[in-house]
Amino acid sequence: MATNAPLIEIRSLVKHFGSVIALSGVSLSVHRGEVMCLLGDNGAGKSTLIKTLSGVHKPTSGDFLVEGQPVTFASPRDALDAGIATVYQDLAMIPLMSVTRNFFMGREPIKGVWPFRYVDFDHCDTVTREEMHKIGIDVRDPNQAVGTLSGGERQCVAIARAVYFGAKVLILDEPTSALGVAQTSMVLKYIHQVRQKGLGVIFITHNVRHAYAVGDRFTVLNRGKTLGTYTKSEIQIDELQNLMAGGKELQAVSEELGGMV
Amino acid sequence: MTDVSHSTAPAGPVPPGPAVKPSQDERLKEVSVLTKIMRRPELGALAGLVLVTIFFLSTADSSMFTLAGVMNILAPASQLGILAIAAALLMIGGEFDLSIGSMVAFAGLIFGSFLTLTGWPLLLAIAATFVVAALLGGLNGQLVIRTKLPSFIVTLAFLFILRGLSLVGLKWATGGSTQMRGIGESAGEGFVREIFSGNALESLFSWLAAHDIIGKFPNGMPTVTGVPVSIVWFVLFALVATWILLRTRAGNWIFAAGGDPNAARNSGVPVDRVKTGLFMLTACAAALVAVLTVLDAGSTDSRRGFQKEFEAIIAAVIGGCLLTGGYGSAIGAFFGAIIFGMVSIGLTYTRFDSDWFQVFLGAMLLLAVLFNNFIRRKVTGER
Repeated sequence: MATNAPLIEIRSLVKHFGSVIALSGVSLSVHRGEVMCLLGDNGAGKSTLIKTLSGVHKPTSGDFLVEGQPVTFASPRDALDAGIATVYQDLAMIPLMSVTRNFFMGREPIKGVWPFRYVDFDHCDTVTREEMHKIGIDVRDPNQAVGTLSGGERQCVAIARAVYFGAKVLILDEPTSALGVAQTSMVLKYIHQVRQKGLGVIFITHNVRHAYAVGDRFTVLNRGKTLGTYTKSEIQIDELQNLMAGGKELQAVSEELGGMV
Repeated sequence: MTDVSHSTAPAGPVPPGPAVKPSQDERLKEVSVLTKIMRRPELGALAGLVLVTIFFLSTADSSMFTLAGVMNILAPASQLGILAIAAALLMIGGEFDLSIGSMVAFAGLIFGSFLTLTGWPLLLAIAATFVVAALLGGLNGQLVIRTKLPSFIVTLAFLFILRGLSLVGLKWATGGSTQMRGIGESAGEGFVREIFSGNALESLFSWLAAHDIIGKFPNGMPTVTGVPVSIVWFVLFALVATWILLRTRAGNWIFAAGGDPNAARNSGVPVDRVKTGLFMLTACAAALVAVLTVLDAGSTDSRRGFQKEFEAIIAAVIGGCLLTGGYGSAIGAFFGAIIFGMVSIGLTYTRFDSDWFQVFLGAMLLLAVLFNNFIRRKVTGER
């Protein structure tokens, strides 16, 4: 334990789907207490990369190390057991179910002897309320449906759930892309909190400003390849923007429109 | 809550240890009782039951609400109810099973054949019937999961396949008839038979009659000799299903599988296993109804369970299940089935033509769906 090995490290990861080369040599690493932003435009291979990291896909070739140990995941469950939790943009919560039921979904604590095993939902309610309280979301009643929460709150509940169940690395798939300004700052603030707890975060986004607000390092993905990894001190926000969009054209458009794109 | 500035986790109040009873957070508004009631999916069915009861109390002959009358209502309600509760669980899990009615006929044939043709003892025949039903249910489930076709289509196919097989099988087994007789005799008497046919609680009813608590004939026999066992099965099944749904891990998985299968899978819920299990459950519920009714009648025929799939689904919807899955209750289906029984039997106690039943049925279904949608929007704050 407590070696300096990164929580997750991948080296020249390749993934083919038949004749389609989705990833052609991606390298990145995440350390404890670090927010690593993965930037890339549509089609850059972000989704494939996330799904490979979270155990949905198996890499065709390349190294995949968790805390220095090479791993192969057969299913998302394996990744979860290794402490890698993925929070998908809108596939994280079930709106019709209560906050508590969502929070413990798939990992309900069980009591009693078979066939009378049951879930202690009172205890679950208490835990849910406490965890929500910790992140500053005032859940009036943990039995209210998740559908009554705002988008930002839902993302925070999903993240809180992953943290509560012992995730070491959080993969956040565009957690802010569907959110308004206030909601976004709520989520970004919470990501910052998670980092301070010592977790590693992979924050996937195509919004450079959101990335720059919380990121420590930035990896830019383009056409299935990593263009490079930069620390915050090495790169400016507009450089990052250009890199991500693949260079000059966007710059030209931006100047034409007289400002930021 | 969007006030970000105070969202850095405040250290206090110190979270109480898990063993200590949690102190209520003073910022939490007590949830009003009304909200809690509104949140229950079976509210509509309960309200419907009250309305229907009031209707019949004011229009029907008073003999409808005697003990004998109530048993009259509950007996058909219980058979439908067993199917409806299973259908409700499956609907909450996000699927339909249109083959349960035909499954009743097919299971009846299988059960009858095991008894009369192979001469197996009753317990073995019942067990074998359940195994066959479970396998067919599992097949339904696997087909739905693997082909990714809507369960509506797959089970519609089995509605016809099983009904046809029942007809063909009956003719083959009986040498040309669509009715198989002599099952009652082959079943014999004994403890197993008493669990699946006749009345329960007979001694209690005799005692009640002897003490003039319930009505009796001049010879001292109670007018109602006991509770038909199907009602006992119905009540037990409703209780167990409710407990599973609300208090167990399997229950949470059923809600999750129906609410959003992808989100459920991402959270580690074995959605396919849950759905297959539910298909097996509906098939077994159909087998149970087959065993109960076949033993009662002593024979089986190819029309057994005819259109019961629709009635079961309607009862489940009246009971608060959403057609889209992820929401509903078993106890609601229980009430839905009782509403069904009350109206179908109750109309004969009134001066209304009992063919109004179907009109009522359609109207009730429509009302229930509208009401459910309204409630769901209220509950989930859908905007």
